[in-house]
Amino acid sequence: MTREMTGAKMVVQALKDQGVDTVFGYPGGAVLPIYDEVFLQNDIRHILVRHEQGAVHAAEGYARSTGKPGVALVTSGPGATNAVTGLTDALMDSIPIIVLTGQVPTFMIGSDAFQEADTVGITRACTKHNWLVKDTDRLASTIHEAFHVATSGRPGPVLIDIPKDVQFATGEYRGPKPSASHYQPRVKGDLEEITELVAAMETAKNPVFYTGGGVINSGPAASQLLRELVDATGFPITSTLMGLGAYPASGKNWLGMLGMHGLYEANMAMHDCDLMINIGARFDDRITGRVDAFSPNSIKAHIDIDPSSINKVIKADIPIVGDVAHVLEDILKIWKSRGRKTDAANVKKWQAQIADWRKVNCLAYTASETSIKPQYALERLEALTKDRNRYITTEVGQHQMWAAQFLGFEAPNRWMTSGGLGTMGYGTPASIGVQIAHPDALVINVAGEASWLMNMQEMGTAVQYRLPVKQFILNNERLGMVRQWQELLHGERYSHSWSEALPDFVKLAEAFGAKGILCKDPRDLDDAIMEMLEYDGPVIFDCLVEKHENCFPMIPSGKAHNEMLLGEADTQGVIQAGGAVLV
Amino acid sequence: MSALHIKQGSTSHSAYNLRPTFSDVQERHTIALLVENEPGVLARVIGLFSGRGYNIESLTVAEVDHTGHLSRITIVTTGTPQVIEQIKAQLGRIVPVHEVHDLTVEGPSVERELAMLKVVGEGDKRVEALRLADIFRANVVDSTLNSFVFEITGAPEKIDAFADLMRPLGLVEIARTGVAALLRGD
Repeated sequence: MTREMTGAKMVVQALKDQGVDTVFGYPGGAVLPIYDEVFLQNDIRHILVRHEQGAVHAAEGYARSTGKPGVALVTSGPGATNAVTGLTDALMDSIPIIVLTGQVPTFMIGSDAFQEADTVGITRACTKHNWLVKDTDRLASTIHEAFHVATSGRPGPVLIDIPKDVQFATGEYRGPKPSASHYQPRVKGDLEEITELVAAMETAKNPVFYTGGGVINSGPAASQLLRELVDATGFPITSTLMGLGAYPASGKNWLGMLGMHGLYEANMAMHDCDLMINIGARFDDRITGRVDAFSPNSIKAHIDIDPSSINKVIKADIPIVGDVAHVLEDILKIWKSRGRKTDAANVKKWQAQIADWRKVNCLAYTASETSIKPQYALERLEALTKDRNRYITTEVGQHQMWAAQFLGFEAPNRWMTSGGLGTMGYGTPASIGVQIAHPDALVINVAGEASWLMNMQEMGTAVQYRLPVKQFILNNERLGMVRQWQELLHGERYSHSWSEALPDFVKLAEAFGAKGILCKDPRDLDDAIMEMLEYDGPVIFDCLVEKHENCFPMIPSGKAHNEMLLGEADTQGVIQAGGAVLV
Repeated sequence: MSALHIKQGSTSHSAYNLRPTFSDVQERHTIALLVENEPGVLARVIGLFSGRGYNIESLTVAEVDHTGHLSRITIVTTGTPQVIEQIKAQLGRIVPVHEVHDLTVEGPSVERELAMLKVVGEGDKRVEALRLADIFRANVVDSTLNSFVFEITGAPEKIDAFADLMRPLGLVEIARTGVAALLRGD
């Protein structure tokens, strides 16, 4: 189907044809023709954010909670440069988003025109791919191709830069058709390698599944297949921060999150296993700790859709390139056809060993009757919300790790956090994107006060669209994780890791037209949380917590999985110079 | 048979060796890419090398298929076997990259480079330069009473050897194209 229309109209038509129902954006001179077309239709809802970074994070939140690509629309120059952090965040966490940027007219490109920036140049390193469209006839096919690239293979952010004259000019619109692009990443894994993995599973004494965001990105079928495989084999399973929810936290084989602030039993199982089955994770440095001491005696299988992830950090003994759901399906098929064998006796011993590690109770903390411990706040939040239709976003820092430790996720796409880039300011706009996609759900942003302030302007968006997002701020008046590192690594010299001028969050909430709740006494906490949950509208919950609480367990930089710190008593002089240079 | 007319390498499914040996030995590899000739594609390739800290010894690029708008990029790089595998895998991720071939692994290959050298001198040195140029099968493409511009084609080592000989004879300027390479045989 082809028909004549302006480039601006094409943008809206192409988005409709791609099934887009929501666009997060902010207008400006170079995208006015597109905004005119947005005004003239009712199929696509435009959400006006307060800053372009917020638009991209909101699109990420939308994408991660729905499994559909998120879309953001911003203007040229500063609009595009403000989108850079969000693009990099989506690239690191493999989130499919499409960002449309306006550009100065083609005849002015290169003249240092008003609000001109070399957008494709600037974003080349922080997108999966990007395009500058100079010809209206190619605009529609480029947008369709952009959706294909963003959502195929390892997902990621793409950007289309559209000069203003291309938006005004008319051209031929082409509808989406099956992509003729050469870009068709392989999804089926090599059956020989998969068979080798199955054979290793049959004889493994101490196996462990180590799963990541790839399971979530692969779609709900992947999580379903993972659960089937784990429960049928009885192998223990741990997950990265990105993969939480793929296997239910209430499942009997669940070890909890692994990594720098992962659970003792998860990290010990990784260190002592004889077969590690990595499914859609990438051996990030937060996971491996010291690479040369990483799980020294295990055979490592690595399933990843991106060939560059394999052998990048850790050598894979059984490399399998493919989509998680496709590969899991084949693993199950082959494992069943060979008679569903495992070394049940030894796996049982392994489970007993894990049960012993679990007794260490690594998340234990010293309770207090006078101040709210952040762990306690999250335990109560979990208890009072876990049975609800709940989505959680976070900012970045201690609160993020505590949330990962103390909140349980039973399903995929319920947990949105900035893992790879560690973007403070992610959670508030992401919570807005999630709430737009799930208007009737309970959406909570677990935040620290410092992170939260980085994109607090988006409260305006929440109020404008009546989004009942709950901003649950664990306020320790510190940059908690920075403070923790300064305590452990820099002689307790707390250089610039606190703010002496925090706002009154209750008044701030009221100024935005939201509800503010202050809680500082652990005895009031449950009632305050219930008040937040019962309020039909956006809430800023200022939870004043213990100021000097550290986040444990912790694998210090430069240490191995079995050299975890479990509490304050373990922290004296443990981080040596070699570890201090790491981040 | 691929569009580059290069047979697939030793692994059955791709040019990527997924089971490389981890070693500290620096290896020199010649990598051929077939890429869509679209704006920015060279910047993507170069940006990958600078962004991830890989080496480029030489890089040549030109459109080789005018109707299909495909360019061939030949890159000579050095690194440990693990780094070389990473480079190939990372190149393969770039959307407009159609094919990645490691000619050093899939080889043997033939490598050629063109260079032009300006040699300024008089008397015996000038005669000697001309005599050596003849031995190296270099052509004189420009001449004045006290200078020559030689054009030489060959493997990079041959050009290095010729340049070394010309240096004491008055070499003042050199321009090299970088390596172009093809697999031997059919």
